[in-house]
Amino acid sequence: MRYLLIAVLLVATATLGGCVEGGLDPKGPIALAERQILFNSLGIMLAIVIPTILATLGFAIWFRASNERARYRPNFRYSGRLEMLVWSIPAMTVFLVGGVAWVGSHDVSPRKPIASTERPVRVQVASLDWKWLFIYPELGIASVNQLTIPVGAPVSFELTSSGVMNSFFVPQLGSQIYTMAGMVSRLHLRADDAGTYRGMSAQFSGDGFSDMHFNVDAVPAEKFAQWVDLVRSDGPELNAKTYADLAKPSETVAPFTYRAVATDLFDSILVSEVQSDDALCRSYPKSMRAEK
Amino acid sequence: MNVNVALIDDVSPETRPIASEAGPAPKRVVVAYGFWIFLLSDIVMFAALFAAYAVLAQATAGGPSGAQLFNQVSVAIETACLLASSYTCGLMSLAVGSQRRFRTYLAAVATFALGAAFLTLELREFAGMIAVGAAPQRSAFLSAFFTLVGCHGLHVTVGLIWLAVMMLQIAVKGFRATVERRLLCFSLFWHALDIIWVWLFTVVYLMGGLS
Amino acid sequence: MTLLGKLSWSAIPFDQPIVMGATAMMVLVIAFVLGWVTLKGYVPYLWSEWITSVDHKRIGVMYIILALIMLLRGFADAIMMRAQQAIAVGGAQGYLPPEHFDQIFSAHGTIMIFFMAMPFVIGLMNFVVPLQLGVRDMAFPTLNSVALGLTASGILLTNISLAVGEFAKAGWVAYPPLSELQFSPGVGVDYYLWALQISGVGTLMTGINFVATILKTRSPGMSYMRMPVFCWTALASNLLIVAAFPVLTATFAMLLLDRYLGFHFFTIDGQGNAMMYVNLFWVWGHPEVYILILPAFGVFSEVVSTFSGKPLFGYRSMVAATMVICVLSFVVWLHHFFTMGASANVNGFFGIMTMIIAVPTGVKVFNWLFTMYGGRIRFTVPILWSLGFMVTFVIGGMTGVLMAVPPADFQLHNSLFLVAHFHNVIIGGVVFGVLAGYNYWFPKAFGFRLDERWGVASFWCWLIGFYLAFMPLYVLGLMGMTRRMQHYDVVSWQPWLLAAAAGVAVILAGIVCQVIQLVVSVRNRELLRVAADPWNGRTLEWTTASPPPAWNFALLPQVSSVDAYWLKKQRALTHQAPAAQEREYAPIEVPRNSAAGFSIAFFAVISGFALIWHIWWMAGIGGLGVLLTILVFAFREEEEIKIPVEEIAGFDRTHQAEVAV
Repeated sequence: MRYLLIAVLLVATATLGGCVEGGLDPKGPIALAERQILFNSLGIMLAIVIPTILATLGFAIWFRASNERARYRPNFRYSGRLEMLVWSIPAMTVFLVGGVAWVGSHDVSPRKPIASTERPVRVQVASLDWKWLFIYPELGIASVNQLTIPVGAPVSFELTSSGVMNSFFVPQLGSQIYTMAGMVSRLHLRADDAGTYRGMSAQFSGDGFSDMHFNVDAVPAEKFAQWVDLVRSDGPELNAKTYADLAKPSETVAPFTYRAVATDLFDSILVSEVQSDDALCRSYPKSMRAEK
Repeated sequence: MNVNVALIDDVSPETRPIASEAGPAPKRVVVAYGFWIFLLSDIVMFAALFAAYAVLAQATAGGPSGAQLFNQVSVAIETACLLASSYTCGLMSLAVGSQRRFRTYLAAVATFALGAAFLTLELREFAGMIAVGAAPQRSAFLSAFFTLVGCHGLHVTVGLIWLAVMMLQIAVKGFRATVERRLLCFSLFWHALDIIWVWLFTVVYLMGGLS
Repeated sequence: MTLLGKLSWSAIPFDQPIVMGATAMMVLVIAFVLGWVTLKGYVPYLWSEWITSVDHKRIGVMYIILALIMLLRGFADAIMMRAQQAIAVGGAQGYLPPEHFDQIFSAHGTIMIFFMAMPFVIGLMNFVVPLQLGVRDMAFPTLNSVALGLTASGILLTNISLAVGEFAKAGWVAYPPLSELQFSPGVGVDYYLWALQISGVGTLMTGINFVATILKTRSPGMSYMRMPVFCWTALASNLLIVAAFPVLTATFAMLLLDRYLGFHFFTIDGQGNAMMYVNLFWVWGHPEVYILILPAFGVFSEVVSTFSGKPLFGYRSMVAATMVICVLSFVVWLHHFFTMGASANVNGFFGIMTMIIAVPTGVKVFNWLFTMYGGRIRFTVPILWSLGFMVTFVIGGMTGVLMAVPPADFQLHNSLFLVAHFHNVIIGGVVFGVLAGYNYWFPKAFGFRLDERWGVASFWCWLIGFYLAFMPLYVLGLMGMTRRMQHYDVVSWQPWLLAAAAGVAVILAGIVCQVIQLVVSVRNRELLRVAADPWNGRTLEWTTASPPPAWNFALLPQVSSVDAYWLKKQRALTHQAPAAQEREYAPIEVPRNSAAGFSIAFFAVISGFALIWHIWWMAGIGGLGVLLTILVFAFREEEEIKIPVEEIAGFDRTHQAEVAV
């Protein structure tokens, strides 16, 4: 019996140990905070849930009809003290977890820039059918299905969609955020360890959805500068025409880069779907503009 | 409905003063109550359309706005017609209550005419807007406007058909209980449409016309 | 403008063998059933006793039959999805191409929520509530029949999409812009929208019916605080239906206008606002899940108290908790899209409100616990389902509260963790609840019990199968796997998906056991015969014969406490009962049967199908048919049938031993 228990424990650990991936294996401060919040909330909740489950099974077994020893109390239908307990236990739990939720929502808000001495890298993201476009507006380059960022520097994302809703998500770095046409959503992440991390879309967007994953390469700062130079040296240019080609539906797109990006291309993607006879009718709200 | 009561306990009816213990309510009460609940659900549906309108009120996509399109005179006449039709509907209810056929028909025809006038003016308004390019397909604002106001107009149309059918019912069946219950429901419906119009008129035309 | 709109022979997917196979099976089963019924001469009986019946008991049973059939259809979708995900790893594409897989997960959600869970709870409420209230029928019996018909119309349209055309591929929630014409040009989303609009009208009718019945027609003496808790949860659920379904109607109407007339509510161009759809949908969507779970909670309250031999603990706080849940369910909807980019204040507010709703739910669980405390628990099949529920639902509730913490949700939204959570609460809560109710009230409806052994077997298969199928999904969500993936490249996910597929196989065994249970019970029905009160019940439905007569009660029961029947039984035991009175019977008027429900359902299917395929003249005929049906009904001469005293007295005397009132 003892050996069976040990065997089960070992197998369980091995199996579960092999599942430390995604958000459970954080590589940046946002993901780290989120995992911590998850564990804290789980701990608070388990303190209630486990005793409740044990009590359910315990009462059911003890008070079974065939148990002569259990006392039958056919009129036990109300107890003021128990009522107090029964309302206050969930209330207190909710109070605690609610506090975690409120504080956490503010600390880990996607809109909140990550405090850092380093200058943030600006990345503009557009979800297309069925690939991801990343524009580095200050560097004048862009890439498809490949996001390279320097380790330790905060990345400030502005996201939109060329069409249907998607959700930009790199679990090991942190939060996901929806991308929507004609709108800009904001996200701030940082990679603290070098490595390659999986990114994906987390909002179903059609037939090519399953292949809409990409790699995030977090590299040391010098390597990042080298990468930028490499990209600038070769490859197509991203302008209105090449963008129109890119926007045509395609699946399982291999990563590639653009050596130059036309100015304000992201803005044009943002408003391109909005029909209007006269001037721009959807302005890019100030509250959503990236910090300079 | 047979409400002969058996005794589980020996509490006699006379000692039960509370309404909630009085047993099943009479059919007229139940029918009216059920119809009220339907009206509340209809108001929730309008509320959702109002919410959509509020969200999209500024989404003119470069096209015309409410202030540029609304003809406040026409809207005022429409409002007068609808309010007056509520009055004549009330007169009809009184006539039904005293079971006077001719007065009932008279009030019903007046209500119908005023309701039809409302619809005619509204359809003219819509046609006029479409003629100048302000069709619902032009922008989200116009989609929301046509849907909200149009939904109300559709309810008025259904009401007019219902009114006509009810007049036929009176002719065929007379003032029996079922017919009276249905007329009660109709007048609740008609008055509710009036209330919704007051909201519509305020939010869409008055507030939209001012901006 | 062709005569048949967009419809042509190419609408039938002759080139897709799996679809054609499923269609063929469906057609064969329908043909077999219809043929058998006709040849055996059952049609007149079915028509006059069931299809045109306006009796709440018959309507309730028919709702549940629909639900059980759609459980099989929705579960078939589940098997296909699990099988696909178990094998489509690395470069493998599996056996379901994306166009097909996308329809399957959309159909699975739509069918399970709208055409399995809703009809099941509505069916149980239909059968039980008037009996528990001590009255003869619902407030509006013919409306009840029409509602059933419209639900059946929605079901029929959804199943027709398998054979003719396609179903939606945008998920069961159909977010724009994906569900707009630009990105979903086919008829799939139209099938989804029309099927749900039509059945939604039926559901709204049901809501109005129940609210009026519960608030305005109860037996004399039954004040609000003397109603069974199942009636309170039915009230709360139906208040939610009345308040929430119109929002869905408006939202779908807007999307239909976008698709049919080129409006711009949610389109990308014209300044449409897709976020508004998300908000409006979930303003309906969250109350919807409470519409499903509250009646299940009601079932557990009845079952736990009956089989513990004790009154429900904390009746008042159960009622309070129920109504609090009812109200609060309207202020939490944003937790379905924390990741859409709202500010921290907004996200935080809705997160906290979501947690607050966990308080009354927790109160209910504790009250059930203390109902068992001091009881003498008989381990029947309904109690097994209840115990399974109590353990499983708290886990699901816990993961729900976890996801109500916005930063946690930022990682878990739309992942398999989410999928595991809602299946945890829907299967562990709603499905376990309706199956408990099914086993509990089956003897009342048919006069014989369901086989116990096969019932126990089905319970254990469902319980074990559920955990095996869904616990791995929690793990996968934490590992970063998102939902709705037709294939995937992360090899480490596959073992968990294989385990989940095994779990589905165990659940399948559970469903097979239930089918066998039904067949065996019908075959052995004489051995399983019961009288009025097989469970030693506490509420009024157990005072009637099994099955009850059309008029339910010859004389309406006079009620003076909660658990009205139990009080009478106690008094009989201690000889405190008042002297037996001579029962004075009077003729009872019951509503006449009506073909209105069937007729409206028929024309609704015609209209729906026509609108989907843009066959405008046919849509007009359908609409006209509905109008004419209403007119025929409105002008009918006889509304009620009078049941003579002799029949009532005769029935009562035959069942003297069992009938307690």
